[in-house]
Parts: sequence; C-alpha cells; structure tokens
Amino acid sequence: MSTEAKRDPDGQLPYVHGHTLGSVSDKIAGVTTLPMKKMPKFWYGGILIGITVLQVLFFAIYKLIVTGTGIWGLNVPVAWGFAIINFVWWIGIGHAGTLISAILFLFRQDWRMSIARFAEAMTLFAVVCAGLFPLLHVGRPWMVYWLFPYPNTMGMWPQFRSPLLWDVFAVSTYATVSIMFWFTGLVPDLATMRAKANALWIKRIYHGMSLGWTGAARHWHRYEIAYLLLAGLSTPLVLSVHSIVSLDFAVSNEPGWHTTIFPPYFVAGAIFAGFAMVLTFMIPVRAIYGMKDLLTERHLNNMCKVMLFSGLIVAYGYSMELFFGWYSASPFERFMVLNRLEGPLDWSYWALILCNVAVPQFLWSYKVRTNPLLVFIICQFISVGMWLERFVIVIISLHRDFLDSSWDMYAGTRWDWAMYIGTMGLFLTLVFIFIRTLPILAIFEMRELVHKSEHHDDEH
Amino acid sequence: MSSQLFTPKHNTLARLTLLLFVGGAAGTLGLLDLIHRSPYVRYTKVRREQPVPFSHKHHVNMGIDCRYCHTSVEKSSFANIPPTQTCMNCHNIMWKESDMLEPVRESWRTGKSLEWTRVHDLPDFVYFNHSIHVNNGIGCATCHGRVDQMPLTWREEPLFMKWCLECHRDPAEFVRPDDKIYDMAYDPQELSREEREALVDAYGIDTSNHRMTNCSICHR
Repeated sequence: MSTEAKRDPDGQLPYVHGHTLGSVSDKIAGVTTLPMKKMPKFWYGGILIGITVLQVLFFAIYKLIVTGTGIWGLNVPVAWGFAIINFVWWIGIGHAGTLISAILFLFRQDWRMSIARFAEAMTLFAVVCAGLFPLLHVGRPWMVYWLFPYPNTMGMWPQFRSPLLWDVFAVSTYATVSIMFWFTGLVPDLATMRAKANALWIKRIYHGMSLGWTGAARHWHRYEIAYLLLAGLSTPLVLSVHSIVSLDFAVSNEPGWHTTIFPPYFVAGAIFAGFAMVLTFMIPVRAIYGMKDLLTERHLNNMCKVMLFSGLIVAYGYSMELFFGWYSASPFERFMVLNRLEGPLDWSYWALILCNVAVPQFLWSYKVRTNPLLVFIICQFISVGMWLERFVIVIISLHRDFLDSSWDMYAGTRWDWAMYIGTMGLFLTLVFIFIRTLPILAIFEMRELVHKSEHHDDEH
Repeated sequence: MSSQLFTPKHNTLARLTLLLFVGGAAGTLGLLDLIHRSPYVRYTKVRREQPVPFSHKHHVNMGIDCRYCHTSVEKSSFANIPPTQTCMNCHNIMWKESDMLEPVRESWRTGKSLEWTRVHDLPDFVYFNHSIHVNNGIGCATCHGRVDQMPLTWREEPLFMKWCLECHRDPAEFVRPDDKIYDMAYDPQELSREEREALVDAYGIDTSNHRMTNCSICHR
C-alpha cells in the first residue's frame, strides 16, 4: 500500500491512490488488450475449468430432455427440489450487483464505482444461471412459452393470482433492466476500448457497441440522465425480485413456508450471498491483475460491513422462525421447527447455522475484514450457507408436513448435482469471457475517483 | 477517429438492424401462431380421402337419422363408426353392383373392417363423452357443422381448447330443445336468451363454482 497517499479528513485512505487519469485507464484497459499469450495462467486455468464444467451442464440438460424430470430426486411430498433451491440461490447472488449499481449510486457512495461493473456483470450471469432452472424444471422446455400470458388457442391465461407467474415477470424484468443498466454504463468505456484496441476488427466491434460515443459534453449530459433514470428503475427491483421469489413459498400454507417474514429475510439473504460472490471473484482478480491500488482494503472493509449487516438480518430471520414455531401454538409449525433441529436432515440446519450465523461473526474484526484470504474463506462459507438455507426451507419443510402417512426422504441424484455444478461452469465461463473482452472496472468512473481523491478538499 | 472506422451509411445499417431484430422477432412469433391456427395444421374444411367416398350429404338427405349408423351416441362416450353390416342392410339390395362400393362388399366377404380415416381425433389427454352432450341439449351440428351438406366429411371446427371452453363457460348460448338434437338445420339462437337459460336449468347443467370449466372435467 502506498504510504504517501493523501488521507481524507476522517483519516481514511482514498478509494484509489497512486494513479493519474491516464494510468488508471491504461491499467484497466490493459487487462483486456493483453495479447492472448500474455494472459495470466489464472485466466487460462479459470476458463478451462469453466468450459470443462460447462460440458457437465450440457450433458445434464441433454439427459434431462431425453429422459424427463424423473432423473432428479423429486418424489411426492418433495415435489420441489434442487431446481428451485438453485434458482433461488443464483437469483439471490445477482442482487449484490443491483444493490451496488442502483442503491449505492443513488446514495452517492463513491466506493461503488470500483466494483459496480464487475458486480453488475455477475448479476447478469447469475440471472442466466438462475433462469435455466425454471426453464428446465417444467420437463418440456420447448413448452416454456406457456409461462407467459399470450392470446392462445386454449382460451386460457396463466393464474394471475399465483406468485409463480409474478416470478416470471419479476425475473424477466430484472434481466432486462440489468442488461440495459450494464450496457449503458459500458458505453463510455467501450469508446475508450475502441481507442485502445490493437486490431482493426476489434476496434470495429467496440465502436459499433459504443453507439457512436464521442465524449461530447452533450453525450455525457444525456448519459448521466439515462444512468440516473435506470438507477431509479433498478432500485425497486433490489427489493421486489427476491420478495416475489419468497412469495412462491410464503403464499402457500406449508409450515416453514407460510410466514410473513419471508420477503425482507429473503432480500437480506440475497444481498448477503451476492456480496459473498462478488468478493469471491474480486479477491483473486485484484491479486492476479495487481489491482490492489484500485480495489483497496477499504473496499473489502466496506463490503464486509454490508455482508455482516445483511447476515445479521438473516440470523434474525432464523431466530424468528424458531420463535414463531413455538408462538404459533400450531402443532404442525412446532413439529416443523423440531424436525429442522433434530429431524433426519438436521445436519443441513446446523451446517447452515455454522455457515451463515457463526462464521460471519468474525467480520466484526477490522483485521479480518481487511485480510483478503480470511474474507475469501468466509465468503465460501456464506455461499454454501445460503444454498443450505434454501435446502432447509424447501426440503425439510416438504418432506414431513401435515400427513405423516405421506412423509418421505429426499436426496439429490447425481443429475441434480450435475445440473447445479454445471451452472457454476456456465457462470465461470461467462465471467472469464467478460474479463477477457470488457473492462472489468468502469474506467471513466475510476478517472472520476482519481480526480476526487486529488481534489477532495474542494468537495467540502 | 470514429469516422475512419465507419461511414454514415452504417448509421442506416444500424437502425435497419434494430428494426429487423424487433420486427423479425415479432414477425416470426406471429407467423408461427398463424400457422398453428391455419387449416393446413388444423384440417378445418379439408375434405378427407376415405376408402369409400361416403357422402353424409347424400345419406342424411335421404332421411336417415344420425343414430341409424352412430348407434351408441346416446349411451356411450364414443359415437361409433357402424359395422359393415349396417351398410349392407341397404347395399345388398341397392347399388349392389357399384364399383365404388366394392371395398364394402370385400369387407363383408372377408370380415375385415373398413379402415376409415378419422376426421375428429382429440388428443389422448382429453376425455370427451358424446352421450353427456347429446342428452343435455347439444346438437350434432353445433360441433360437427352441417354434416347434411358434406359430400366428403370434413372437420368443421378447429377443435381448439378455447372452442370447447366457449360453450363450457356459457352453455346457454348453445343449448337446444331435446327434440332438435339431431336436427341439422336448427339454430339455437331461434330461442331467446331467457328460454335457453331455462333450458340449461331444465337439463340440470350445473355451471356454479366454475364447475363446467374445472380442469378435471376433460383432463382426467
């Protein structure tokens, strides 16, 4: 860390230091314009693993389409299994990007500038992975357009009172707005890349995508307005998408699902998981590409604080689930809680408490928050924990509910796992293609940060 | 530097691409929907080839009742195709030398059934019962059209689910009196809406609680 960096009046280091306007552009664009041969082994290793695991996904999808959903571990009390767990997990991960780009933008949190591009890209990729599950779980994916209301020859509309239909709108709106937001933010940088690219055909692609951006004051003016409007449009989505996902459960009368706490508790969990995933990729990238001066320990510190806060909300959610199991005085609700604590799948509940409640408490320490390795490890616990949370909610609630004659056990089959792990391959592949082809930090926003860090006395 | 990469004609190209992208997507979806509804797929009004060019028009206009051949329509879910014996009741006297009827006589000699081309074939996931319809005020012509005007039989209606639901949602638009079920020329609209509603009550058709559009009525 550079010691001569100017500290702000609070004694904090600036979010970017030791850079000029030119050097910050060169550094970020340099990752993308690096010749293939000079790409770090990390990148080659990453995309190799990604593409290899992606083949698992392709094979799992092929097997699913030719055989049907019978290859999954579903049975009659547990008619919702891995597909919805993975869907909720992935869609939750996307929420960090939207929070960072929309809400933190509206609150003028400057530190978001360094991580917004990366986090938004991860939002998109996570939505792609999430979207696969509802698409495939219908069993006949070529009929998936039945999810949408359109004038059809059946004379039928989807059930507008069902949260499953609200989900279709929530997720498709989310995907559309996220793409627009991401692309709008990219336009000035695509113009920079056009100038930096070496080969003519690459210049042409960047130029086409930058929509004729010349950097004129009028362009900047319009850009700022468009970005502000899109941020306003995305802000409600941070809350609405996962609220609606939670209603898929909460609207039913299943013990363990039927609680009013679900929407806020799911949104907090989504942000919790999303920040963990952003950090999971940010920490290796800043180390490998030598970006510790752009993605500083202060960023780590801030992100860990968000994670700790959202983690505490999630922990509060867990405690309220236990409390209401008792307070409801309903024998079924009480049994559901006991079945979580000491039922046949109790390991998943206690592993969840370890991952999501116990381990994140280390984040109270400043030393842990600014230690990339420890943060990385805690993030892995959180990612696993958030998956287990959905496992506990979906499986433990369903496998033993009202009628004990219909109780059953549940376990994912190898195809369930292949599909889940396969989407990670898809995610990795997309992330590494993104690292190769687009600036992973918003160059022009970093320039703004450099400017601010040099002149922060003028700001006040 | 941008002017070196692209010329102004690329602006037009970019706009055209956008238009093609949106228009192309909408056009493709619209076209697929039109094809799905077209007689090419649904066989509506398409005269179907049969082993013997049987004319409903000819036979109905001679005064033969539907139930003379389709004997089970009032008692069974299936309105049967008559056995060759039914044809031969008349055709061992009339037109007994006709070349056209040779397949019928062959079937009669060998005991091997005629293989008619089925004109109305519902998917296997649909349960349809003829008897419940003809016993509760739905005439043949409501679904099959003016069979008395079909030289070779065709499918009058596309058999879309929304077409079934049209009546299940409001049977009072389609019911007719019990003595008009097999009357090809009768129009249900001859009665007033009130009279038809009274008929629905008289038949005991229970439309309460969306009972008639319950999924399990047809998808059992």
